Amino acid sequence: MHELLEHYNYWIVVILMMMGLYIVIASSNLVKKLIGLSVFQVSVFILYITFGKVTEGSPPIITDNTDVYSNPLPHVLILTAIVVGVATTSVGLALIVRIQEAYGSIDEDEIHDMDDKDDFHIEKQV
Amino acid sequence: MDLMMHLPVLIVVVPLLAGALIVLLNHRKGAWLITLLTSIFLVYASVQLIQMVGQVDVISYTLGGWKAPLGIELRIDALSALMVLILAASALLVSIYALKSVEKEIPEQNHVLFYTALLLVIAGLIGISITADAFNIFVFLEISSLSTYALISMGRDRRALHASYHYLIMGTIGATFILIGIGFMYVMTGTLNIEDLAQRLPAVADTNAIRAAFAFITIGVGIKAAMMPLHQWLPNAYAYSPSVVSTFLAATATKVAVYVLIRFVLSLYGIEFSLVQMPFDNLLMILGTIGILGGSVYAIYQSNVKRMLAYSSVAQIGYILLAIGLASQPGFTAALLHMFNHALIKGTLFMALGLVFFRFASTELSVMSGMGKTMPLTMAAFTIGGLSLIGVPGTAGFVSKWYLVIALLDASLWPLALLVLVASILTLIYIGRVIEVAYFRPVPEGRTRQKVPLTMMVALWIFALSNIYFGLDTEISQGMASLAVNQLIGVTP
Repeated sequence: MHELLEHYNYWIVVILMMMGLYIVIASSNLVKKLIGLSVFQVSVFILYITFGKVTEGSPPIITDNTDVYSNPLPHVLILTAIVVGVATTSVGLALIVRIQEAYGSIDEDEIHDMDDKDDFHIEKQV
Repeated sequence: MDLMMHLPVLIVVVPLLAGALIVLLNHRKGAWLITLLTSIFLVYASVQLIQMVGQVDVISYTLGGWKAPLGIELRIDALSALMVLILAASALLVSIYALKSVEKEIPEQNHVLFYTALLLVIAGLIGISITADAFNIFVFLEISSLSTYALISMGRDRRALHASYHYLIMGTIGATFILIGIGFMYVMTGTLNIEDLAQRLPAVADTNAIRAAFAFITIGVGIKAAMMPLHQWLPNAYAYSPSVVSTFLAATATKVAVYVLIRFVLSLYGIEFSLVQMPFDNLLMILGTIGILGGSVYAIYQSNVKRMLAYSSVAQIGYILLAIGLASQPGFTAALLHMFNHALIKGTLFMALGLVFFRFASTELSVMSGMGKTMPLTMAAFTIGGLSLIGVPGTAGFVSKWYLVIALLDASLWPLALLVLVASILTLIYIGRVIEVAYFRPVPEGRTRQKVPLTMMVALWIFALSNIYFGLDTEISQGMASLAVNQLIGVTP
């Protein structure tokens, strides 16, 4: 039990990751899918930030009081990944706006049906 | 020459800055001209780099003078140089082609942004090919992917939007998987430099974290490379994107993903871990075989020729994966050769279809009826590309299939060799359908010979003739491939 609680950060990561992936797969609303994707990405950010913590380590600012510092590199890496995540979400949302304009719907199943109709329409012309 | 020393970083920085410059200038023709000049520079640089690699084996460039492993290093060996050459040459031909094609297919107000996104994709893909830092691969991957999503969504069909969104979801999951894998490796070794990782990994290789990292990375890269069960994003993304985009992506994007796979499997993890300890070679062979058969069979049933070629791309990735799965020197050589030759083949075929689309705003098979008479030059180039895809002697496609079959027989896997030949017959069926419609069906009433812009025709024919050139003279392509393989598996020739 103690062992489990010690790694509670990682449990949160796993739970968030599975939740995110589940939303991406199970939801047919395009916006909700994107929310799931963001949750999934954020779980990985937390994973990296957790990696950076060194047991007994102080924040990585040089002081005389300690020799053990936490590792700042994963945080810096994840800053980049956060920027990438924001960009992905905004591109995704922009696409959804245009899908709404073109299809009049943001429900994946309805869009699929309309795509199939488009295909069928072309085949019939042929 | 001071500037020559900085060539490795310039091939990323120049397209990146050119992309920004285009937006600032906001001039339509100027945007095209800058894209063209940038790609001419890239071709020049890639030829220089190949010569340098021939002399010094590996070019190492430290960004800002910070030495690796603390600093970020760019590292160009023969494989990277080959990738840069494929990318630069495709970029040049595509930008010549783009002038008229973009005018026709993209709304005027989007032209400048289109070229910006194209340059960003080029910068990202080149960055992936030359960086020596695992995290950098992720960053460049996302630079190229995000611009790819934007480019695909510019297709005229509304299905392009849906395809782009689907790709965004799949692509982001793939990239995030790669990120998780890199994170696990960093935790176990404390470094991100590929060389450094390769040295430190064996000590910790027998842990679940490293095995999980390997699994995450291969699945992530597999999505990007359209490995058969993970390929669903590809057909529609290629079919509905603008002709310029589908040509460039088909020639380069999945190949860069395969490059990442090779880099991780061979340079980083090493053959010992990935192909001996983990049964990754068998997995690759099984997935490759499924890809070859599945992709080819799906391709036969498509009525849209562009989507047919997209499925054919899935099959061709299957060939490359099968060749890597052999885990032998001839296998790797065949894989790299096919990466190079497939870029030529798909470049030709998609460009020819772009010309069809230019005239008839459709790539349905039925619209191509009698096209051998109305667009003879275009269809002749398509035929050359098609023959090369089938693997007819005298074309580039024959060379790589030959090497693949030899490699398979070397490993005494003759059933798989037979399968490669059967797959060639499947290729013959779907290419044959197009040829039959184009040459043996009557020309529709009132359709006369169609004129097409000279620039597009020139780009198409350079691609088409290179198929024949590299089919007859294999010295360059085969030489580069075997040099790259020797460096990868550490054999001195």
